[in-house]
Amino acid sequence: MSAAAWFKSRVGADRQAVRQSVDALPDGLWTKCPKCNEILFSKELEKNLRVCSKCGYHYRLTAWERIQITVDEGTFKEIEAGLVTVNPLNFPDYEAKIERDKLKTGLNDGMVVGLAEIGGHPVGLGVTDWFMGGSMGSVYGEKVARLFELATSRKLPVVMFTMSGGARMQEGILSLMQMAKTAAAVARHSKAHLPYIVVLTDPTTAGVHASFASLGDFIFAEPGALIGFAGARVAAQAGLIERPANFQTAEFQLEHGMIDRILPRREIKPTIIKVLDFCMGKEVTSDAE
Amino acid sequence: MPSKDWTVLDFEKPIAELDEQIAQIRRLTQEQGIDRSEEIAALERDRDRAIEEIFSKLTPWDRVLLARHPKRPYTLDYVRVIFDDYVELHGDRLYGDDHAMVGGIATLENRHVVFVGQQKGRDLKERQYRNFGMAKPDGYRKALRLMKLAEKFRRPVITFVDTPAADCSVDAEARGISESIARNMMDMSILGTPIISVILGEGGSGGAIGIAVADRVLMMENAIYSVIPPEGCAAILWRDPSKYKEMAAALRITSADALELGVVDEVIKEPLGGAHRSPEAAAQSVKSAILRHLEELEKIPIQKLVDARYKKFRSMGVFEDISKKKPHKEELSEPEAQEDQCEA
Ligand SMILES: [Zn+2]
Repeated sequence: MSAAAWFKSRVGADRQAVRQSVDALPDGLWTKCPKCNEILFSKELEKNLRVCSKCGYHYRLTAWERIQITVDEGTFKEIEAGLVTVNPLNFPDYEAKIERDKLKTGLNDGMVVGLAEIGGHPVGLGVTDWFMGGSMGSVYGEKVARLFELATSRKLPVVMFTMSGGARMQEGILSLMQMAKTAAAVARHSKAHLPYIVVLTDPTTAGVHASFASLGDFIFAEPGALIGFAGARVAAQAGLIERPANFQTAEFQLEHGMIDRILPRREIKPTIIKVLDFCMGKEVTSDAE
Repeated sequence: MPSKDWTVLDFEKPIAELDEQIAQIRRLTQEQGIDRSEEIAALERDRDRAIEEIFSKLTPWDRVLLARHPKRPYTLDYVRVIFDDYVELHGDRLYGDDHAMVGGIATLENRHVVFVGQQKGRDLKERQYRNFGMAKPDGYRKALRLMKLAEKFRRPVITFVDTPAADCSVDAEARGISESIARNMMDMSILGTPIISVILGEGGSGGAIGIAVADRVLMMENAIYSVIPPEGCAAILWRDPSKYKEMAAALRITSADALELGVVDEVIKEPLGGAHRSPEAAAQSVKSAILRHLEELEKIPIQKLVDARYKKFRSMGVFEDISKKKPHKEELSEPEAQEDQCEA
């Protein structure tokens, strides 16, 4: 299925139009880079994987856009799409916010998981959309856990793209427990000698960074991505004043030994394939179902 | 005077005043040699009634204040009562020794155990030394090192949680505070020995769960367990830091909430008026709860124990699966929501 057809089937053309209008100028042909203010031709931007050709700014991608540029064409099969959020704490306004983001993204949750092939390697794939700030609540954590369990039982690697502001505050302590749940699921996958590749994208902070996102055998990041323990607003609350200019960026994390490489968007897929070749070898890739 | 004492909470003031009256009469009794024991007994009854009444109406925010009470017993106060022969062990073998995280080997009745927990400081100097109970990566890595010692020598692990949060300073970030917490949760989930965690005071977010992936998670009656402090959450979510009391209620952070949500296994009752009114009794309650759970856990083969630990955390969370809704004969009827509510 083509990207456009998939998107249409998921959310309908009207919602797609809403999403596109977010960062496009009125005629939709041109868009302004939020970092360097360069006016970019939308089609060129798409061709450049939504990276500014002038300053290298990496636009945030929707889950589908990420899948499209990552997997071998037509190989993605979503799983667990039927998991939906309830309001376990009866937290004020939570349902309304969930409904708003369902409309905005066409998704039931920010975490989208499925099976796909990358460079001919069958993998379990997790990608994230900017749904409730990419925050991890019960549905998100459950999807991650189920992805790792399925990958473990089918002897598949897991490739995970993270984009999250942290734990879903509206689900309180249950969100905190998703950190333990996902970390435990990674442990079992890892014990089965299966590779786990993480790509940290802007932003990956707090509860997600302090759980499955930091547990990859290979951890990559997009340039300039905000990556860190305290979410931006929590850090502001804590009054962290004296900090280096690159604090909590991909570059800071690389400098301090927390990630393997920074990968410009165009290099991500080829690098994942090299890693999968290294881990899985031919005999594994040919007979994995 | 008690009313100006910063270690007395506002809602404790009536109790403190009665305490002061009782103490005054006791002093006079000693000085004048007059027996006023009946008067004292009556005042003590009044005080205990006052405590019961006040504590029957505590709000979630009051529990936050109790969990952070300046007189609340801290981890090492419990350790002194619960364990014998505690030998503190230092350092993560990688960078340093984190004073906010303490641990070592100890005996508990007739058992050898490994203990780890966060330690807060009592006065300003000690608070700084303990970094307000906020551990850095070095603390989490020390804790994991000790837990792996426990696994190697087949000794159970006891962890005590009392932290506002993990440290989020620049050097904590530089040494991988996220990675250290994530790694602890991952390795604890498969650690081949029984683990019991007790939330003593503040169960602050990642800082807490980083040492609390356990077979049994127990929680003191007036402790809190939260994904974010209510003050910060009100500022971020409602953009109104003054609504911290409402947020404390909305986040459901009390021990009763944690039990109902399936996040803890048991709530340990505190002495009348809170653990700080009788630290020794509070510690004895913790000790007997730990012993009771250990006896159960020690009977379970390790692989079964580890599998059960996985299932326990695996089942936390509440959601629905709309793909599992039963197919209906009539298309018009609204399918019934099948709530996939899992409990530990
Ligand atoms: Zn630019």
